[in-house]
Amino acid sequence: MKRIALLGMPNTGKSTLFNRISGASARVGNWPGITVDLASAKILLGGHIAQLIDLPGIYDLHGFSEDEQVVRHFLENNAIDLVVIVLNSAQIDRQLSLVLQIKKLNLPAVLALNMSDEAKHAGITIDTESLTTALNMPVVAISAKYGDGLPKALQAATQIISQNKTATNPQEIAQLLQEDSQIEREMETLVARHVQIPATLSDSTTDKIDRVLLHKWLGLPLFFAAMFLLFQFIFTAGKPLQDGLAWLLEMVRSSALEPLFANAPAWLSGLMLDGIYNGVTTVAAFVPIIILFFIVMAMVEDSGYLSRAAFLMDALMAKMGLDGRGFVMMLMGFGCNVPALMGTRIMRSRPMRLLTMLVIPLSLCSARLQVFIFMITALFTAQQAPIVLFALYVMSFATMFLTAILFQGQYKNAEPFLLELPPYRFPTARQILLRGWQEVRHFLNRATKFIIIGVVLVWALTHFPTDVPPASTGTYAGQIGAFFAPVLAPIGIDNQFAIALIFGFVAKEIVVGSLAVIFGLQGDALTAQVAMQIDWVQAMSFMLFTLIYTPCLSTVATLKSESKSTAYMWLSIVWSLALAWVVSFIFYQGARALGY
Amino acid sequence: MQSLTQLAIGQPATISAIEADESLFHRLSALGFRVGKPLSIIRRANFNGPLQVRLGTTDIILRTAEAARIHISTS
Repeated sequence: MKRIALLGMPNTGKSTLFNRISGASARVGNWPGITVDLASAKILLGGHIAQLIDLPGIYDLHGFSEDEQVVRHFLENNAIDLVVIVLNSAQIDRQLSLVLQIKKLNLPAVLALNMSDEAKHAGITIDTESLTTALNMPVVAISAKYGDGLPKALQAATQIISQNKTATNPQEIAQLLQEDSQIEREMETLVARHVQIPATLSDSTTDKIDRVLLHKWLGLPLFFAAMFLLFQFIFTAGKPLQDGLAWLLEMVRSSALEPLFANAPAWLSGLMLDGIYNGVTTVAAFVPIIILFFIVMAMVEDSGYLSRAAFLMDALMAKMGLDGRGFVMMLMGFGCNVPALMGTRIMRSRPMRLLTMLVIPLSLCSARLQVFIFMITALFTAQQAPIVLFALYVMSFATMFLTAILFQGQYKNAEPFLLELPPYRFPTARQILLRGWQEVRHFLNRATKFIIIGVVLVWALTHFPTDVPPASTGTYAGQIGAFFAPVLAPIGIDNQFAIALIFGFVAKEIVVGSLAVIFGLQGDALTAQVAMQIDWVQAMSFMLFTLIYTPCLSTVATLKSESKSTAYMWLSIVWSLALAWVVSFIFYQGARALGY
Repeated sequence: MQSLTQLAIGQPATISAIEADESLFHRLSALGFRVGKPLSIIRRANFNGPLQVRLGTTDIILRTAEAARIHISTS
């Protein structure tokens, strides 16, 4: 099979081009020599099946950033038949360097001058024909967003592929990459001969928008308002979708699965329905939120606003060893931790990404909010309720900052903060929908098995041995609770609430439901029972523990798949459990010492 | 010798020297920061945050720590 690599600088629309050519058939996978996953797709080119690989955006083949090393290692370890170089026509004066570097490697290449519409708008004219001769490679002006020029570019690619030349020799490439070049001078001559750029660019729309959105004092309030509106959109639009999906899954359960297992032994129907099927519904509950989140994220990212958010928030985030882009994800975590963790993929530096992923699970997500509302209603008056909830939000931010500051030495970011500010662009619907779909598939592929196994395990712990009532203190879960009593007693959590915390490891959404099972009560009776069994200090301690310890199995699964490190996953679990215990301990013992 | 951090907003200047280790130097030059190139500061973020610099056709944001490595001359 022929192999075609897509290469270009960041913000040149390379991934847009990739998505346009590959459609929805893209897959992420491992490659020899590199540790990050790359998207690739099988495409048909003039009778050949070719594999198209989307390499990370880089500025320089010889650079030292992680992405630049990924591309280098890819070329040094994988033979390829063609490179399609994607440039932003509006910045051709500086991006040609990458083309010349590829040429030096003797790689068969096609040059796609993307965003030809923007270049035209800026008054830049490029003579593609004379440039084709000068570079000795096909040069085609395209617009990946609208598809202009694409057939011509693909035709040029087909022609090269059909010549059936031998693929590149990775060892040779490795050697050539070490030799340095006189690329800069060559580039300047080329630009001088073949490109005309007006001395000053016209006062563009981007500048006008930036004057407002990056305003010294208006910028931040506008940023927070925009984020708030986007979250509102995700969760107002997501709620009915989640409810509808839950209703559908419940229908399937009650009308098809329950009759099917009616005559099966209790353990089998329990395993199938409360174990595996509940696992499936847990996974499904995340699908609408992930789709909506990435639709919104794709809009924010493709429009160019994400870099602006980084500009606005960087001063504060730099002090914690994070950067401005991380803040957008931290905020997102307050809706749902899972897509926020997946979203950190926009950060190219691995240490900074890991630090951000360690911080995100501490944000008070909407599922934890449900637990807090139940507990607060049970134990606090309507006047106290908002104060308690506010205190929990403050606590959430405090633990996030504390974690970032404590761990920033461990995850030292070596990459300088140098970011291009692209002009504002309108993202297209196709790109946005494709992104949402790809992310959901990624989540389902990586997390489903892990989550279902976890749910089955918790079901088994809370339903065996079978001679005691489910979720009672006699079950294995109850025995674990009793085993940990010496640890949980100092923070005011008794055996029954300990079982609820074990359930909460699966998902915070089921904590309240598990209390209903544990006490065998529903609705107001349950609220009354909880209010009778514990006082407000214990309730607060329970809420603090719930806030800080591992949010849910889906988050754990995502942490593992995104970091590709089991050790990192355990670090996150242990750290959040330890922090949760210490905070609850200080609060509980402090309050008791003060006489509450 | 003036560093980029001292440049006033909107004032045109030319890069006279870049003092950075190899990896930062590479990143800067790949983004277009080269000796002799004209540039200007578009805006600064509050609380000593990053600078927005315009270099030819490209806008770039960078922190003051990195900007301090770039020496400029004004005409």
